[in-house]
Amino acid sequence: MFEKILKIIEKYSFNKDLVKNAKPESKIIADLNINSTRIVDIILDVEEEFNIEVEDTMLEKLITVGDLQKYVESKIS
Amino acid sequence: MNRKRVVVTGMGIVASNATGLEDFQNAIKEGKSGIRFLPELQKLNFGCQIGGVPDISNSKYEDILEKYHFENAGQNVKYSCLAAAEAWLDAGLTIPDPINSETDYETGVIIGSGVGNIDVFTDKIFPLVSQGSVRKLRSHTAEFTMFSAASANIALILGCGNHISANSSTCSTGAESIILGVERIRNGLAKRMIVGSSEIASPYVWGAFDSMRVLCRDYNDTPEKASRPMSASAAGFVPSAGAGVLILEDMDSALERKARIYAEISGVALNSGGQRKDGTMQAPGTEGVRRCLRQSIEDAGINTEQIDYICGHLSSTMADVLEINNWAAVLNRYGNDFPYINSLKSITGHALGASGTIETIAAIIQMYYGFLFPSLNCEDVHNKITDLINPDKIVRNTIYTKNINFVAKASFGFGDINASLILKKI
Repeated sequence: MFEKILKIIEKYSFNKDLVKNAKPESKIIADLNINSTRIVDIILDVEEEFNIEVEDTMLEKLITVGDLQKYVESKIS
Repeated sequence: MNRKRVVVTGMGIVASNATGLEDFQNAIKEGKSGIRFLPELQKLNFGCQIGGVPDISNSKYEDILEKYHFENAGQNVKYSCLAAAEAWLDAGLTIPDPINSETDYETGVIIGSGVGNIDVFTDKIFPLVSQGSVRKLRSHTAEFTMFSAASANIALILGCGNHISANSSTCSTGAESIILGVERIRNGLAKRMIVGSSEIASPYVWGAFDSMRVLCRDYNDTPEKASRPMSASAAGFVPSAGAGVLILEDMDSALERKARIYAEISGVALNSGGQRKDGTMQAPGTEGVRRCLRQSIEDAGINTEQIDYICGHLSSTMADVLEINNWAAVLNRYGNDFPYINSLKSITGHALGASGTIETIAAIIQMYYGFLFPSLNCEDVHNKITDLINPDKIVRNTIYTKNINFVAKASFGFGDINASLILKKI
């Protein structure tokens, strides 16, 4: 799951090494240097990958890779 | 302040008959047509069922599209970025690392277009928004639909920090983009300008012209015969698409870094006939055209006898006769005294806003490498043209010559808009 999420994030990164070495507590925008507008793309990719729907209100709450992972796990369990 | 001299140090091209400079040079030398039958247009009941659609699948610079996530961009951004990457590298410059590089405040980008990015609207935005799925548009939709999308994305790749903008003046867009870049460098406001233009292939663009009946509909079975500039049997223009990008540079800067110089842009002029007298929204007026051509020659500081070759706008319509008439009158050169002339649109079709830069690149290639490409399908030269000039001045078979020192290139667009360039061999 963690690896699958990183693979999605990596698509939107210029610095692939940052993403490859990311930890659950890594902040997607601040630590992985992802353009903040790309969050909507990452969410859409996550929805397609895991066949879930992410509520729009969650967008501002999913700060770290771990936040995203936990949220997806809660939706598919 | 003395104005700076402006030279061309790099070029890049995506055309209907070839992608990349080397293939393009070979293609025009051979008169290899980029026009083919397009089943989609037949299905949509177009009168004109042919056109020129570039093939970018084998571009040497495709990794740029992948690296910058341009897979969802429209043709405008893709064509422009491929051509810009080629032009930048062709100028002997390097593409900087996106993370560890500084802003280049000496370089600007002006990439124009006639219609811009409407394929992104037709193929993506309209369907998704209409079915209530606006949240699926994704973040890049805005950056690929803004009119300056091509310029802004080229600036992103290269870190350009000078004037970043997009121009539009229909079929004179390409020549206009060059002139805007020339003026900026001449005035000392930029050291380098990446200029160019692109146009997409789309039935939603070409439909307007088909309904006006200005597209050729008599040669759907023989597409390569359809674009017939200067011929008595010309029956309308053939739509096409593509992009041309040039690196313009302050001559001092080019000399300092020992760059290859393809040509100098020594004279430029822009105007409009104001849609008065014989000028209309669709047709260039005689007075405005002649003023524009004359001003570009005066700006270059040369005599009319010095023009060796004209890279015509010549689009395979009734206006071809008027164009020859205007050149002959402005140059006061008739019969055998008229310069050589040909039309790239006979080979590529009419790439609308992109045509001015694609044709300027073709003109520079010919002057630099010493040949003139054949103008196709004018075995039956219009009698109003033979009344003015010796038909042998129309290049119908490839000519190899090093004696091309000054080239005139003009473009004319809807809105009665004119743009003219004088290119000088260095």
